[in-house]
Amino acid sequence: MTTIYILWLRQIKRYFRSPSRIIGSLGQPLLFMFALGFGLGPIFQRAGGGNYLNFLAPGVMAQGILFTSIFSGIELIMDRQFGFLKEILVAPVSRLQIMFGRTLGGATIAVFQGIVVFFLALLLGFRPINWLMLPVAVVIMFLIAILFTALGTAIASPMQDMHGFQLVMNFLVMPLYFLSGSLFPLQSAPKFLQTISRVNPFSYGVDGLREVLVGITNFGLATDIIVLGILASLALILGSYLFSRLQA
Amino acid sequence: MENKFIIKVDHLVKKYNGLTAVDNICFAIPKGQIFAFLGPNGAGKTTTIKMLTTLLRPTDGQILINGFDPANNQDAVRKSFGIVFQDPSLDDELTAYENMEFHGILYQIPKELRHNRIEELLKLVELWERKDSLVKTYSGGMRRRLEIARGLLHHPKIFFLDEPTLGLDPQTRNQIWAYIKDLNKKEKITIFFTTHYMEEAEKVADCIAVIDHGKIIASGTVSQLKKQTKTQSLEEAFLTLTGHGIRDEEANHLDRMRLRVNSWRRK
Repeated sequence: MTTIYILWLRQIKRYFRSPSRIIGSLGQPLLFMFALGFGLGPIFQRAGGGNYLNFLAPGVMAQGILFTSIFSGIELIMDRQFGFLKEILVAPVSRLQIMFGRTLGGATIAVFQGIVVFFLALLLGFRPINWLMLPVAVVIMFLIAILFTALGTAIASPMQDMHGFQLVMNFLVMPLYFLSGSLFPLQSAPKFLQTISRVNPFSYGVDGLREVLVGITNFGLATDIIVLGILASLALILGSYLFSRLQA
Repeated sequence: MENKFIIKVDHLVKKYNGLTAVDNICFAIPKGQIFAFLGPNGAGKTTTIKMLTTLLRPTDGQILINGFDPANNQDAVRKSFGIVFQDPSLDDELTAYENMEFHGILYQIPKELRHNRIEELLKLVELWERKDSLVKTYSGGMRRRLEIARGLLHHPKIFFLDEPTLGLDPQTRNQIWAYIKDLNKKEKITIFFTTHYMEEAEKVADCIAVIDHGKIIASGTVSQLKKQTKTQSLEEAFLTLTGHGIRDEEANHLDRMRLRVNSWRRK
C-alpha cells in the first residue's frame, strides 16, 4: 500500500510544482469552449439542437481528462530518459504496485484537470441540470482517467524515447477525441461516423458525462459505465503486463 | 566456504540480438572487499551490473547475490544491494529529502528509523542544509553525493557504483572515495565499482577484474596485475591488457539521451 501511495504522491507533487503545465493544459479546452461554443452556438440553436455550450462542455471536460491521462502514462518515457525509472525498478517492490501507483497518480491529476474545466465552463455560462449528480460525474471522470492513463503506460512501456509521442497524439488521441461525439450529436451524424464512434472507447466517457451533467445520451448511462469499467480493467491488465516486462 | 563470497557469478552470458555483450564470465567477491571492475567503453561492465542488479535477465549462467538468485528471488536480491548508476537517477522535481523519503518508503524502512537515517546520511554527505532544495538546483557533485546517500539508506550489504566519479572535480572525487572507504571499513559493506580513472582503482581497490569484449581477461590485486604485465602502474597494465585502440561504441538511445540531457542542462 505504501508503495502505491508514495508513487501516487510523487505524481501529485510533480504536477502541482509545474504551474506552467497546469495553465498550459487548460488553454486548449478553454479555446474549444470559447470559439466553438460561442461560434457554432447560434447555428446549433437554430438547427434545434438547444444550447451548444451545454452540449459541448462535457465533451471538452472529457477531452481535458483524455489528454492529461495519456500524457501521464507517456511520462514513463521521461522517467526512463531522466533515469529515475531505474531507481524504481531496482527497488524490492512488485511491478504491479508501481504500475498501480503511477496510474492512480496520473488519473487523479487528470480528474483534477477535468474538474477545473468544469469550473471554466461554469464561467462561460454552462449549467448542469442536476448538481446532485456531480459525484457520479466525478466517478465517470475517474473511469475515463484510469482507462487512458493505463493505456498511456502500456504504449510507453516499449518506447525508448519521446519521438513516438507525436504519432500517438495524431493517430490515437486526436481521432479518439474528434470521432467520439464530443463536438457534435451522433444521432444526426452519417452512419459510418456513428459506427466509428461506437467502437471508440472515449465516446462512452463523453456520453456518460453528458448524460449526468446535461441529460443527453446516446448509449445510456448504464452501458457507458459498464463499457468504461471493463475497458479500464483491460487497460490496467495490459499496462501492468507490458510494464512488468520492462527492462532498463 | 560458501558464505565467504557475497557475489558469485558463474558462466554469465548476455546476448543482444546476436551480439554477445557478456561472454561467459566467472568471478567471486568475498564479503567486505572493494572490487574494481575495469574495462574500455562497451566492454560489458554496465551490462554485467544490470544483470547483477535485476535490471536485465541473463541469457545464460548463474548469479548469487548475498546467497540469493536474481532469477527466482528478485526482491531478496534487491534488498541486499544499493546502487549509484552511471547516469543520473534522481527526481529533479523533488527535493533531496523527498528523494530520500521516496527511497525509504519503497524499501519499507519504518518511519522513525527512516527519518533518523535520512538525517544522518544527508549530514554525512554534507547536504543537510540543502535538504529542502529541489534537486534540479543541485550541481553534479551534489547530485552524486545525494545518490550515494540514497543508495545507503536501506543499509545494503553490497554497494554498486557505476562510474561514480565521472565528470567530477578532484576535490569531490577525493571526498566521495573517502566516504566510501570509510563505509567499507566501518560497516563492512562490499563495494563493487567501475571507473575509467585508473589511479582511483589503484588507490582503493583490494581486487580488480579487467573485462574486454565481454570476457574477463585478467584479475587479481593491483600488484599482481602489474607483475603479470611487467608494468609500473595500473594504467600501463590496463593498456597492455586491453590495447591502445580507441573503442567506438555504437550510440544507443542512452548516449543520445545523455547528449540531450547535457544540452538542456547547459541552458
